[in-house]
Amino acid sequence: MSTLSARHIPLSHLVPWLLAVPALLLLGYLVLMDNGAVSQTGGYLHELMHDGRHLLGVPCH
Amino acid sequence: MVRTLLVRGLLLGLLAGLVAGVFAFAVGEPRIDDAIALENAAAAPGHGAAAEPESATHGHESGTHEQETGKHEHGEEVSRGTQKAGLFLATGLYGLAVGGVFALAFAGLRGRVGPRSDAALALAAAGTAFAAVIVVPFLKYPANPPAVGDPETINTRTLLYLAMIGVGLLSTAIAVTTARSVRGGPWARWPAAVLAFVVPVAVASLLLPTVDEVPDGFPATLLWQFRITSLGTQLVFWASFGTLFGWFCDRAARAPAPAPA
Repeated sequence: MSTLSARHIPLSHLVPWLLAVPALLLLGYLVLMDNGAVSQTGGYLHELMHDGRHLLGVPCH
Repeated sequence: MVRTLLVRGLLLGLLAGLVAGVFAFAVGEPRIDDAIALENAAAAPGHGAAAEPESATHGHESGTHEQETGKHEHGEEVSRGTQKAGLFLATGLYGLAVGGVFALAFAGLRGRVGPRSDAALALAAAGTAFAAVIVVPFLKYPANPPAVGDPETINTRTLLYLAMIGVGLLSTAIAVTTARSVRGGPWARWPAAVLAFVVPVAVASLLLPTVDEVPDGFPATLLWQFRITSLGTQLVFWASFGTLFGWFCDRAARAPAPAPA
């Protein structure tokens, strides 16, 4: 139950890579939740991903 | 090390997303077609959809049906065929995004929380994520097929859904902290952890508003089948992803490693 073992990755190695998180979350948002406000494609992206949204279980119109 | 994990997460996430896409296409698309057929039948005042097996006559008076139909007619710039191809794009990109975030979380957890072995940690983390991020919001705000749901409330429903994801993640953190602080062996630790997870989820579910937008006459069987299929799609994704990620960790551990830094 010790907090740190030799297997941990030092935070200083991890932090720079966390910059990828906003980009990944933006991608997830565009796939699952955007209704044209961010993507500026009208409803096109929404309609293209329509079946995926419904079947992945996120709220849809 | 972090780079290796991130690349692994992205690629395996994409792969698992496509696997989930195959399941969703085979099992889920017929349900979506059924729901859209009902929607169109409700839109046409004549019996244009008399050939459809399901009777849609109950839906005719429903105001939400009218709105819903307007939205879908607007959306017919993307054909059903393209939407079915778009399904694989959606699940693939979803897998890519989720796989990347998972890999970075995994890099942070490794050696700090959870099982010692990478493969066991991968499976435990994927199972926990499925419970917290998928099952918890699903129980309160289950997935709906097309023709169910008022387009006017999409923003509210999305926020409530995100709130439940937050509740799931927070409850997981509380449960892990509880498990680590309880002494007295597994018979004390596990019930304490489960309780610490379930209680906040139950309280939040009771406090958050209920969404009930199923139109009158929508077949309960179709709704149930769609919801189970939707949960199944996520289960296929998380099971494939957890297994693949764990398997690659195991393989990497067996490979003759260069001297560790």
